[in-house]
Amino acid sequence: MSQAVSETNAPLLNIGQLGKRFGGFVALDGVDLVVPRGQRLGLIGPNGSGKSTLVNCICGTLQNETGSVTFDGQKIDGMVAHQRTRQGLARSFQLPRPFRSMTVAENIRVPLLYTVNARPGTHLSHSQLDERCMELLKLVTLDGKAGKYTTDLTQVEMRKLELARAMAAEPKLLIADESMAGLSHSEVEDIVALLIRMNERGVTIIMIEHIMRAVMTFSQRLVVLVSGKKIADGNPDDVIKDKEVVGAYLGT
Amino acid sequence: MRTSVFISILCAVGAALYLAFNFVGNDYLFFAGYTVLQYIVLATAWNILGGYCGYVNFGSAGFFAIGVYSTVFFHAVGQSVEEIFPEFLVGPMQAIFPLPLPLLIVFAGAVAGFVGLGMGYLTLRLRGVFFAIATLALTVVMETFIVNWTFVGGSRGAYVIPPNEVPVFGHFIQFLFALMTVLVIVALTTARLIERSKLGVGFATIRDDELAAEASGVPTLRLKLVATVVSGALMGMAGAPFPYYIGYVEPGSAFNLSYAVNSIAMPMIGGTTSWVGPLVGALLLGTLQQVATVTISSAVNLLIVGLLLIFFVIIAPRGIVGLVQDRWRARSKGAKS
Repeated sequence: MSQAVSETNAPLLNIGQLGKRFGGFVALDGVDLVVPRGQRLGLIGPNGSGKSTLVNCICGTLQNETGSVTFDGQKIDGMVAHQRTRQGLARSFQLPRPFRSMTVAENIRVPLLYTVNARPGTHLSHSQLDERCMELLKLVTLDGKAGKYTTDLTQVEMRKLELARAMAAEPKLLIADESMAGLSHSEVEDIVALLIRMNERGVTIIMIEHIMRAVMTFSQRLVVLVSGKKIADGNPDDVIKDKEVVGAYLGT
Repeated sequence: MRTSVFISILCAVGAALYLAFNFVGNDYLFFAGYTVLQYIVLATAWNILGGYCGYVNFGSAGFFAIGVYSTVFFHAVGQSVEEIFPEFLVGPMQAIFPLPLPLLIVFAGAVAGFVGLGMGYLTLRLRGVFFAIATLALTVVMETFIVNWTFVGGSRGAYVIPPNEVPVFGHFIQFLFALMTVLVIVALTTARLIERSKLGVGFATIRDDELAAEASGVPTLRLKLVATVVSGALMGMAGAPFPYYIGYVEPGSAFNLSYAVNSIAMPMIGGTTSWVGPLVGALLLGTLQQVATVTISSAVNLLIVGLLLIFFVIIAPRGIVGLVQDRWRARSKGAKS
């Protein structure tokens, strides 16, 4: 029965009253967020507003103290990070964290081996793994670098690898945590186009970003986090005109 | 190369070595060779956790000693069957004890592996220096425990007198040498299998970046526990024949710092990323130490290890294997252009 519900209109991600503190500092103060399937959601907020903490609590890198996280009809808070990845929740890291002793292709193989092959009913053979690796590398235009070590990659290539590795886990939800910080104009467009391509493949995406141009092109919906609280949520064009949002960004 | 071919080659090399030593006819070669082989097992075992997963274990001496004292324990049980067991069991127990050495090795492996599991649960949430300190501390705890346990000799130590001769092998030391050769084959084959399997990929992700590993679906805690169990069990197995080798064991010799230092230094000097590194490092350092013991003094051994370790950490942090790989890569690049 719950299976039937999760297949239909039920939201993919449902966060209720999520709270997290570090000592006396309240990082997340009762955040609610419901993300329907297939959406491209932008999440913005000033530095220290709790964006990364929110991502870490959703992905299991940190455990939330209060509230709940429901993913695909299943309560996932309490699960450790790799279990959530296997459930279909993948992320990229703000600072790329490649496996440095491995080549680009080997990096992609890790989630294929440990997430895709760990799901019941799937077993990719060696040749299928190679095929899947190349497919993913083509998607992010890194197929020419498959045999290179990650230390030989440029910043953009590293970010693309980060996204490809997240995609290799065949996620239902992808969280891209500042995938574009420090990139040039054309590189940002590259990554935005890439994320939209991924979304067209049916992946729901939450994008966390400071670069407003990218956020506005990408997002169908925009959420603003300030001091661990959600202060705006809705149509991007309306949200950025919101008085409270402008105030939070520019100071009142 | 297939695993069966790999094992056959190792067996052939081991047999050739045994026959060559036998041909020379000097038992000292077996004594010295045993020590080198024992270090190959220790270094390979250390490398499974330290090299593949990146968790530096300073407690090798502790696991080695668990193996040593597991043998001492079963030996002591065999010595006092009448006092320990109820009357109706004395007969059968006298038939069972003394346990054959290969079985003692398996028991030692099981005990050390179990302790490895416990240590893993307690310490694997720590990283880097903290993990290293915790393993060192656990060794001290174990040593204190053994020192105060009179059944296995306590601080006085225990005598384990080996038989002079065994069937087929002749001198007992030749039997020990053969056993240790088998352990080397087991250790190297295990390390190589891990390296080429999904498990090896998982270990490498843990070494590179644990957060990214978890995010890619790697169950890091479980894999680290597998590594500590396998590594600990192999170290324990390496220690099991030691009482028979040396004849008299006391905590100071079983928990000797040189085991901890050597089992770190040998893989570091050889190279930590593949099974070849610990083998090369142990052969080189182990042999060097045996030569130094004969020509200069055994006191110089740790000095040699220390100096070589400093040299390699500064000049060639990826060890001998890394040096050779770099040379090859440079040559193949040169050939292309």
